[in-house]
Amino acid sequence: MFSKVLIANRGEIALRIIRTCQKLGIQTVAIYSEADADSLHVKQADEAYVVGKARVNESYLNIEKIISIAKETKAEAIHPGYGLLSENATFARRCEEEGIVFIGPKPDVIAKMGSKIEARQTMAEAGVPIVPGISFPLADVDEAANVASEIGYPVMLKASAGGGGIGMQLVHDEEQLRKAFEGNKSRAASFFGDGAMYVEKYIDNPRHIEIQLLADAYGNCVYLWERECSIQRRHQKVVEEAPSPFLDEETRREMGEAAVRAAKHIGYTNAGTIEFLVDEQKNFYFLEMNTRLQVEHPVTEEITGIDIVEQQLRIASGEPLSFTQTEVKREGHAIEVRIYAEDPNTFFPSPGTITSLQLPRGKHIRHEIAVQSGSVVTPFYDPMIAKCIVKGGDRQMAIANMITALHEYKVEGIKTNIPMLIDVLTHEAFQQGHTTTNFVNMYLSKKGGKTHA
Amino acid sequence: MHEVVALMAGNVWKIVVQVGDVVEEGQDVVILESMKMEIPITTEAGGVVKAIRVQEGDFVNEGDVLLEIE
Repeated sequence: MFSKVLIANRGEIALRIIRTCQKLGIQTVAIYSEADADSLHVKQADEAYVVGKARVNESYLNIEKIISIAKETKAEAIHPGYGLLSENATFARRCEEEGIVFIGPKPDVIAKMGSKIEARQTMAEAGVPIVPGISFPLADVDEAANVASEIGYPVMLKASAGGGGIGMQLVHDEEQLRKAFEGNKSRAASFFGDGAMYVEKYIDNPRHIEIQLLADAYGNCVYLWERECSIQRRHQKVVEEAPSPFLDEETRREMGEAAVRAAKHIGYTNAGTIEFLVDEQKNFYFLEMNTRLQVEHPVTEEITGIDIVEQQLRIASGEPLSFTQTEVKREGHAIEVRIYAEDPNTFFPSPGTITSLQLPRGKHIRHEIAVQSGSVVTPFYDPMIAKCIVKGGDRQMAIANMITALHEYKVEGIKTNIPMLIDVLTHEAFQQGHTTTNFVNMYLSKKGGKTHA
Repeated sequence: MHEVVALMAGNVWKIVVQVGDVVEEGQDVVILESMKMEIPITTEAGGVVKAIRVQEGDFVNEGDVLLEIE
């Protein structure tokens, strides 16, 4: 096992990783931007070094600076967390070149899954179902129109390098497609440096269900069941749970086995997640692979009792998996909500100072949080300030526990989405398990109406 | 004269009008980027853009004047 690890991230996930390192007796090195000097991850780590100015391009994305800090502090490995450099193949390659272990899969695997078009080709080869559509970059808008009419409208226009909903648009006819094409292409080019576009059939009212994988360097791969992540706003997840209320045992096993097959096909190592769209007939289609730790990993930890960050560290240090598929348990039901600093109705960000913070307490409640009373939520980073995870003997109990927790969760000074989360959890449709990606639009739209900025 | 102000702290991502442009009430004039989200800022009054007080890439605080409309 490593004796010292650098954490190339900030916020709650940096704290989460530090916690497991401490449990395993690993020394931790934090990095921080000038805007994060007072952050908790800086205080909790054994060592902390400033990496640059507030903006991520000048700090948390500065590959060479991070590598030099790792070398100076003699960190043997770097945990990238999620977001930032976690799926950056160049960074993983630079780590490798410098003899630092990147806690994640190999650079070429990251690159392969980072291109959605290439990922589609690869998954089709591995025998994993993909959403009907094309697996090559479109030359121009005319080709897009031809392909779309062959597939049949409505279709999703997507950027190969896209993420977080950027460069992606649902179009219902050729006129809409022609209007949407150039804008999304140039947006993808400016955000991701790659304007390659493709088209997929639109799956009506789908569920977003993903499989958590762990794979070691010796060809062993297991799945830690699924997470249901359909409740989203702006194409970003808001509520996640495990197990999914929608899957039966047979579909669950088929999806798990397909995910393992995919991972083995590409020589995947470390923790990873395969996201599937699942339609109303329980057909599932590969959506994308996230080659990193996920924000919502705690719900899987809660039902399996497995510390996923610990497994990442063990795998990266060369240990084989210590358990087999049949030993992965599943107990109870876990739900996670993401607390965003944002207006609960318009979803616009709400940076500012947290004047008061009171967290619900209870043995079934777990917090992943990096703010406290007096913390400044700056406009430079993601609006997610905390996650609250609860467990229950079954889904109904977990929902009841979460509703109680949310009512006791008090944040003052900034706006948060807590009222919206309460609306989701108390909604009859959610309680009955009608969790689809259209949930927020379908059931909460009267509140989510577009107000002019 | 009408001043268009930033609704929240963030970076000026795009300025979508130029001095001299005629704008209508409710039209997007500036796009801010805050917490990884694009925030369109609209003008509450129509008129001619008289001055632009910020540049793309600038950091602005809530309430800062972005441009003036006459």
